[in-house]
Amino acid sequence: MEEFKKAVERNIAEYGFPVALDEKTGAMQWVDMRKLELSYLICIDNIAPFFEGMREGKLLTTKCKKCGELFFPPQKDCPNCRVSEMEWVELKKEGVLETLTVVFVRPPSFAMHDPYTVAIAKLDDGVKITAWLRGDPRKVKPGQRVRVEISRRKEGYLMYELVPIEG
Amino acid sequence: MAVAIIGVGHTKFGNRRDVNVPELAWEAMKQAFDSANVEQKDVDFFVVGTAGLWSSEAAVPSLMAEYAKLGVGSMRVEAACATGSAAIRVGYTAIESGEADVVLVLGVEKMQESTNPTVIEIIGRFGSYFWEFENFGLTFPAYYALHATAYMAKYGATEEDFARVAVKNHYYGAKNPNAQFQKEITLETALNSPYIAWPFKLYDCSPITDGAAAIVLASEEKVKEWGIEEKVWILSQGVGTGTANLSKRESFTSLKSAAFAAELAYKKAGIDMDAPYKQLDGANVHDCFTAAEIIAYEDLRFAKRGEGVELIRNEQTYIGGRIPVNLDGGLKAKGHPIGATGVSQAVEAYKQLLSKAEAGRQAEIKNGRWLTHNVGGTGHYSYVTIYSLEKR
Repeated sequence: MEEFKKAVERNIAEYGFPVALDEKTGAMQWVDMRKLELSYLICIDNIAPFFEGMREGKLLTTKCKKCGELFFPPQKDCPNCRVSEMEWVELKKEGVLETLTVVFVRPPSFAMHDPYTVAIAKLDDGVKITAWLRGDPRKVKPGQRVRVEISRRKEGYLMYELVPIEG
Repeated sequence: MAVAIIGVGHTKFGNRRDVNVPELAWEAMKQAFDSANVEQKDVDFFVVGTAGLWSSEAAVPSLMAEYAKLGVGSMRVEAACATGSAAIRVGYTAIESGEADVVLVLGVEKMQESTNPTVIEIIGRFGSYFWEFENFGLTFPAYYALHATAYMAKYGATEEDFARVAVKNHYYGAKNPNAQFQKEITLETALNSPYIAWPFKLYDCSPITDGAAAIVLASEEKVKEWGIEEKVWILSQGVGTGTANLSKRESFTSLKSAAFAAELAYKKAGIDMDAPYKQLDGANVHDCFTAAEIIAYEDLRFAKRGEGVELIRNEQTYIGGRIPVNLDGGLKAKGHPIGATGVSQAVEAYKQLLSKAEAGRQAEIKNGRWLTHNVGGTGHYSYVTIYSLEKR
């Protein structure tokens, strides 16, 4: 895209339009002058206790008062009972690693991070959790015991991550 | 009311910066109209499968109504990477229900209107946005890599096994003049490529592609009225939906929605669930990543659980094996223009069943049935369609 942008600057002046030739096909492209920036507002008001819990180092989630189903990620409504009477319960922060991957080619919005390991673990309470896994991914395999830790990320905000339990 | 494909069109896949969106779409539409021998005025309804966002045009049905002079009702359909099959479903059910007699289904995508990093950014969001992408930056290869790792751990498959899928699909892609990559590769090339999302390397991943494909669907009545000889019937279609968040799933060695869709499709078509491959001549499966093809063998019951990897090791999905798979190069070598892929699979089913495929990639047609498996997201949406020379 950088090459395109440079050609565009030159071509606006010399040719009169924001155009550039595609390197592979040689075909002329109009290089879009409009840019869209997307960043959403996502309501977390109904699961605010989840974030309150993390501030205290706890992993909280919702459990239906009627049928007892445990939901993670936490959710406002129980679709089984069609009621929204949930209680907040604390999850044991330990479980077993089910799978993992190391993301080498990152989205531009994660460019400030080194390649990171994303893993899914099944917590002892029965629910599964997706998070980054700390440490050398070559030293762990599915089946490894892990714990959940809450810490500040590079961006400065709190988030949960998975950490292998030694031994 | 039985539904048949009576004409097909397919552009060259790859970098198509030589055309804009309507020009690319028209290439496929024109071929489809020509091969079906129909005029725009014969079409009762048209469906456009396009995922978009990486390309400039959003109102593609209207754009094509304008460009191609189509004055009837239309619908834009999106189902992530299964968008093309979802578009076919709209056309198929419109005819089956008696709402329409002739429907044009178009799948089009110009992913290369955006840069690769932008596409990577957009496509990683085809999951549970907040719980997967926002904080953990999952990419599309990474979602499938989570399945690949689980499959390796459970069944002892290796990165080399996955590479064998790439070798096969490039072998057939080399024989398909519409494929993005028309070059055979060796196991070493695949294994020496850089990691994208461990255990996947570059050659485990389908590319970012521009392309369009179109089919003309007609009712049994129209087929009779027009005396159409070259046609392929849609015998059945099964659709499944999976959870957005992967952590809500029981297993990472199967896509439950795909297994569900397959069962529905087999039941409706009267195909034996124990050995469906015996009643099929071949299949196109959604090999967006190499391991996904192996998992598809099992979800489609071409092999027992854990034995899909044996099919590729023993070359059982080449022509002459248990069931030939992705003889057009698959998503891996043919390319994967999101909205066009499902329609492209239908075009391939039509060509294979009517023995119109290019030399070296034509399957032997004995049963007259072909299967397509098209998955949106990571099993978020699954479509299994069975095409046949004979109607039910």
